[in-house]
This record gives sequence, structure tokens and C-alpha cells, in this order.
Amino acid sequence: MNTRILMFFMISTFLSNAQETPVAYTGALIYPINDSPIENGTLIVQNGKIIAIGTDIKIPDNAKINDVKGKVIMPGLVDTHSHLGNGSGGDQSSALHPEVRLLDAFDPMAVNLMKARAGGLTTINIMPGSGHLMSGQTLYIKTRKGKVIEDLTICKNISGDICGGMKMANGTNSMRDKPFPGTRAKSAAMVRELFIQAQEYQKKLEFSKTAPEKRPERDLRMEGLIEVLDGKRIVHFHTHRHDDVLTAIRISKEFGFKIVLHHVSEAWKVADEIAEAKVPVSLIFIDSPGGKMEAVDLDPKSALALEKAGADVAFHTDDPITDSRLLLRSAAIAVREGMSKPKALEALTLAGARMLELDDRIGSLEKGKDADFIILSEDPLSVYTHVEQTWIEGVKVFDRANNDDKAFAVGGYNVYPEATTHVHD
Amino acid sequence: MIKYILIIANFILVIQFTSAQIAVKGETIYTVSGETIKDGVILIEDGKITKVGPISKVKIPDSFKVYEGKVVTPGLVDAHATVGFSGIYNNKDDQMQLEKSSPIQPELRAIDGYNPQEALIAYLNSKGVTTVHTGHGPGAVISGQTFVAKTDGETIEQVTIDDATMLAMTIGPSVRSNFKSPGTTAKEIAMLRTELLKAQDYQKKNQNKDVTKHPSRNLKMEALSQLLEGKIKALITVNSSNLIMTAIRLAEEFNLKLVLDGAAESYLLIDEIKAAKAEVILHPTKARGYGDMKNMSWTTAAKLTAAGIPVAMQSGYEPYVPKTRVILYEAAIAVSSGLSFEDGLKSITINAAKIIGQDHKIGSIEKGKDADIVIYDGDPFEYLTHVNTVITNGKVTHEE
Repeated sequence: MNTRILMFFMISTFLSNAQETPVAYTGALIYPINDSPIENGTLIVQNGKIIAIGTDIKIPDNAKINDVKGKVIMPGLVDTHSHLGNGSGGDQSSALHPEVRLLDAFDPMAVNLMKARAGGLTTINIMPGSGHLMSGQTLYIKTRKGKVIEDLTICKNISGDICGGMKMANGTNSMRDKPFPGTRAKSAAMVRELFIQAQEYQKKLEFSKTAPEKRPERDLRMEGLIEVLDGKRIVHFHTHRHDDVLTAIRISKEFGFKIVLHHVSEAWKVADEIAEAKVPVSLIFIDSPGGKMEAVDLDPKSALALEKAGADVAFHTDDPITDSRLLLRSAAIAVREGMSKPKALEALTLAGARMLELDDRIGSLEKGKDADFIILSEDPLSVYTHVEQTWIEGVKVFDRANNDDKAFAVGGYNVYPEATTHVHD
Repeated sequence: MIKYILIIANFILVIQFTSAQIAVKGETIYTVSGETIKDGVILIEDGKITKVGPISKVKIPDSFKVYEGKVVTPGLVDAHATVGFSGIYNNKDDQMQLEKSSPIQPELRAIDGYNPQEALIAYLNSKGVTTVHTGHGPGAVISGQTFVAKTDGETIEQVTIDDATMLAMTIGPSVRSNFKSPGTTAKEIAMLRTELLKAQDYQKKNQNKDVTKHPSRNLKMEALSQLLEGKIKALITVNSSNLIMTAIRLAEEFNLKLVLDGAAESYLLIDEIKAAKAEVILHPTKARGYGDMKNMSWTTAAKLTAAGIPVAMQSGYEPYVPKTRVILYEAAIAVSSGLSFEDGLKSITINAAKIIGQDHKIGSIEKGKDADIVIYDGDPFEYLTHVNTVITNGKVTHEE
């Protein structure tokens, strides 16, 4: 779409603040995710929040009624791993970049974010990288329309708050010539050395609480890592092969940081070990195995294996590796390969929210949570289903009935002019 | 050619002994070429389809092994792949789709580069793809030849059904990224025209009644002569609209049988493509929209089909992941974006078979055609549907 249309969208967004008048969506099949599906349900939204959901609920007299009979409503989808927004992370000068923040390069006006809106994605973990042991700090956003980064971020103060996680990787992704590691053992050693440094820095900081004159100098690298050690910044760990998966878990236990495993082609081989370690997994489904040695045994049956083992499972697009408009398809593939439908729908929403520690606000349709939801034409797992509308905090950010928006759903001439890509190694 | 026909005939004799006679029962049989049959049956003998009809009219002999399912389609035909050249590991040793020593190498034969035992070929077979048109990849002015293979078999002789089908050519930015020269598209076309003129000259000299005046054999010129004679088609990978017109112009100048490959912006040139009688093998719907693919649309297959241009789907070439795509999944997105179910199915069966010149053999369920059959437990395009059974040349090659 051209810039003029984009500007129009943005201006209209600023004008349409979250509804003060309650809006009731009636007649849909609702998947609240935290509870059983509700046939002919009603969802009531006010001031950007869900104020009621159910069948026999009273609709306030002043409410605007939005009849969506025959449609399906579910929470906005959560993508735990994406590269939309034309951001960047660490460079080739080092394998470890704990001080690098994606938010300093992210483009909140990137047109490719429309892919996410068209696909029903309302919350995304935007990742830097790839190709480093530690690519930098990730950014959690809502796909609100906006002009500056704060219009989109989950956190309020991007300079003070912790606004995302930390991206790490192992296996061949981060192996190459110096200063990168050349082997798996070296990869682990470099990461451990860095975390040991951070532990010592942390000790000095602790000590300086009683002896302020001993306070170590500020060190951006150490500061990023201390947030990880303190459990305030979750590590999002790219890993494929079964032994790399266990290495990632081992290092996270050694240093006591929170970890989410990403991609995990061979999760089905070590599902019990993953569940035992209580580590959540965000899976991606690629249409054929391979593309690199460590993904040759990729198998979508991982979703079922992890469900059986009792591990928490989410899905991600890794856009542009898979398309943000097709995240719903991941759940369908998981179900095709044996996962239960409730777990697969949870993997698109609440499970991802848990992995970003945002499940108090998003991921399910519950009273008090953010009014982030999508309206679907049919069953979420059908190829024929379209995302008709995407709503964030009571504001519509995508409407397929609008031809300009529909173009974002299918593509076309000059619809996505940025045409950038992101290549993993 | 004849050599291969003999080899295939031999192969079929082998099948006679290794594959039982089979009956496939389907609640819905999409024959593609004819009527869709409710509660139908297909009889298979010696690798060929011998009878098709409603179960009320076709008696299944007792000796036949019966397979059944909800939905039955012909074996799927991937109109353009690089599988078997670009392998699963994606390392130097299994990437044989592009030789970078020179930008124009029409003499590179597909049968010399294909690995029939590549793991991804068995993978595709398990997803219902029984035939692939594969070969040298995009990225060179002429990267080499393509051929047609069945996805079951151990050796090149066993799998080949056409040993030289098209010349793989590319017009666009990927050529510049692989070679120092051509460094521009205009130069690329000039180089191509120069070679084709040389080939015309070579053809002419070979027609001289005085054989002593014939030029010495030249593999490059021989391959280009085949192209000029229309024995093999020009498979031109091209995406932006201006360069699609360049491809059409080139085909007209040298009277080439043009197959537009990729063709991301073809929806802008419907009249021109029809006028040029060019065939279209459309990019995978899930291809990534960057570079000259940035204006791609999921609705292109529907638009071309509506305008009367038959479209075939391809898995294409993918440098990273997925190392091969699955045409069933690609067509599904086109079908959810406005292409009819029937046309979606044609795009991965009979339309593809026609473009690769094999519609007398494959691409539909008809008496006398190869027994390539897929059985599903539901709508083939639906995400939740499983490919239950795949039959290739009358042999069950996948069972779930």
C-alpha cells in the first residue's frame, strides 16, 4: 500500500481511542482458551479490556452490539519469534552481544507488520539476529498501529523498563571463523565464561550496596546479563539438535536463568527431558526437513511428543522463515500430527503469552484481560478460514472487508514494498 | 529417447513381478480429466490403470489387493523442482543445481546430476508427489537441462520418463548475484541472443549436404539447437513484469516454446501472456516475497486461471528452508485465495503434466495411464487431511 493509505490508517488509529462505550460481540463460537469453547457466546469489551464473556451475560444498555453470528472468536495470536519490523541485532565483531537492543533499530511503521495484523497476530517477540551465540535484546510488541516505538511496545518506558528477552543460539547457527566459535564445546565455553563474568559483576554490585565507593563502572554488556541472571529477562534460545537442546538447558540451570527453547527440530527425541526440566518450547513447522544438517530430523510430531510429555508448547513464525499470515496453520499441522486441538489453540495464544510472561494480560479471553482478539470466518484449523478482523485493546487493526486491508492479506503490486529479507546461517 | 523407453519398458516388466494387482476404492475419486466419481473404484495391473468407474459397475477380482479411502486423486505432478539436485543437507556436496563456472551451460544434462536416492524425493513421494520435473536451478543465464522423473526408484534409468525436457534459464537479479558478467539484465539478454544466433548458424551448417562442411560436434550448440527446434522448451525463471516482456520478446525472436517460471507479476500481463501463448509455472504461494518476488500475490493462480491461462504449481528452488516445498501445500493456499478446488487440483496434476509433455502418461486417472494414485482421509487441501497411501507405477510406495 502506498504511504498515503498508511498515514490514513495511522491517523485513524490515533483518533479511535479504546472504546469508552462498551461493545458486545454476539453470536460467535468463542474459544476463550482458558476454558471450554462457548457456542453462541458474547464477548463484551470496554476501555481496551474484556469486561465480560459467556452465554447468559447481561449486555449493558448503552453497549454497541456487533452481531458476529456464525463467526469464530479467539484471542489474538502470540508469535514468540519473529523478525518483522526491519530491526537488527549484533554484528560480526563478536559472537556475544548482550548490550545490543533490537529496539534501537526497529521500525514501528514497517509495512511488513501488516502481515502480522492480517494473520491475526497481536503480540510478537521481535528477535534480533541471527547467527550469534547471543544476538542481543529482543522486543515484545503489540501490533498496534503507530508512529513511534512506544506506540507498539508492551513496556511503557523503553529506556527504563525491561521490554523484551535475550536472544541466544547454539549449534551450527553461531559457528564460523573467529571471533565466533568453531565447535559446539567452544560455543558452550564462551557462553559460560560470559555468564561467569556477569556473576562476578553482580557480586560486586551487591557488595557496593553497603560500600557505594566500590560500585563497579557501568557496563552495558554486564547490565543486560544481570537482568537475565535476575530472571527479569527471559532467554529465547535457538536450538535444533537433541544434544544442543540439552546443552542449552544445562547452561540455563547452571546459571539459573529463565529459558524458552525455539525451533527445536529434534524436540521429539528429548521430549521427556525437556518436560522434566520444566522448560517451555516454541516450535516452528517447515514444509520439509533439512536445509541444514541439524534440521534433517525435523518432524512435526514434536508437538504431540511434547504434549504427551507434559511440556508447554507454543508456535512461532520466525517471519520471514514462515509467513505471519499462516501462523494458524502451525496449529493445524500439529493437530494433523496428533496434538489435541485445545493444546494446539493454546499454543497459538496462552502458551506463547506464558513464554513472554505476559499471561496476566493476554493469551486468553477472560474478564480483565486486554481486549486482543480475532474474528475468523470458520474453524481456526481450516485452510479455507480467513482472519476477518484483528482487534488490539478494543481497536481494530485489520479488517478483511476493507479492500486495502485485504491486499495485505494476499499480497500484490507494491503492497509490501520493503522487500527485505533475513537469512539464518 | 528410445533407449529410455526400452529401459522403462524393462522396469515395468520388473514391476509385474514385484507389485500385486491393486484395486483402489474411493468415496470420491477425482479423475481430473473426466467426471468425479462417487463411490468409485480403480483397477491397477502391471503398473497401469486398467479400469475406472463406479463400484456398481466395476467388479473387483478376488486376487486384487484393495486399498480404500475417502478421497482419491491422481499422483501429484510437481511442474518445476530442483529436488534431487539440491539435497536435504544443503551443504556443498549435495547442492548440484547450479554450476557457477560460466553463466551459459545448456550442455549440462539433468540425468548426469540427479540423485534418485535423495531423501527429499522419498519425502515428496510420501506427500503424494509421484512425478517431478526437476533439474538445473535458477540463477544462471542458462544453468542446464531439466528432466522428468518418477519419485520411486533407485537408479536414473528406473526413474526417468523424459531425459531432456527444458533448458533452465533465468532473467533477473539472481543471475547478477552469481556471476561477475552479466552484470546487468541488458547484457544478459545480449549474451543470450549472441549464443542463440551462434546456434542458428550451427544448425544451418549442419544442414549442408556436404558433411565435410559440418562443424565439429559442440555439446553447447547441440543443446541450443534442440531448443531452437522446439524439442525442448525454454523454462525462463522471471518475475518482474518488464522482464516477463523481455522473455516473451526473446521467445518470439527465436521461436522458442516459452514456459514462464515464477512469474510473480504475471497478473499484470494477462493479455500479453495469452497472446504469446506462453505457459506458466507459478512460483510457490509460500515463496518469500523479497527481491523480484516482492509483488507476488496469493491470488495470481486464481486470476490467471479465470483469464484462461492454465497454471501449474511448483515447489521451485529454495536456498534455505524448506529445502523442498510440497505442491499440495502450495496449491492449498491458492485455493484458499480464490482458485476453485478443481482448478487447484489441476494445477498439481494435469496442467503440470501438459506443460512437461507427459499428459499422455500421467496427470489424471484414466485407463491406460500410469498407476500413480494418492489416497487421502479428507479434502486434500485441508490442513488436517492426511495422505494415507501413495501408489507409484502401480506399487504402494507410502502407507500411513
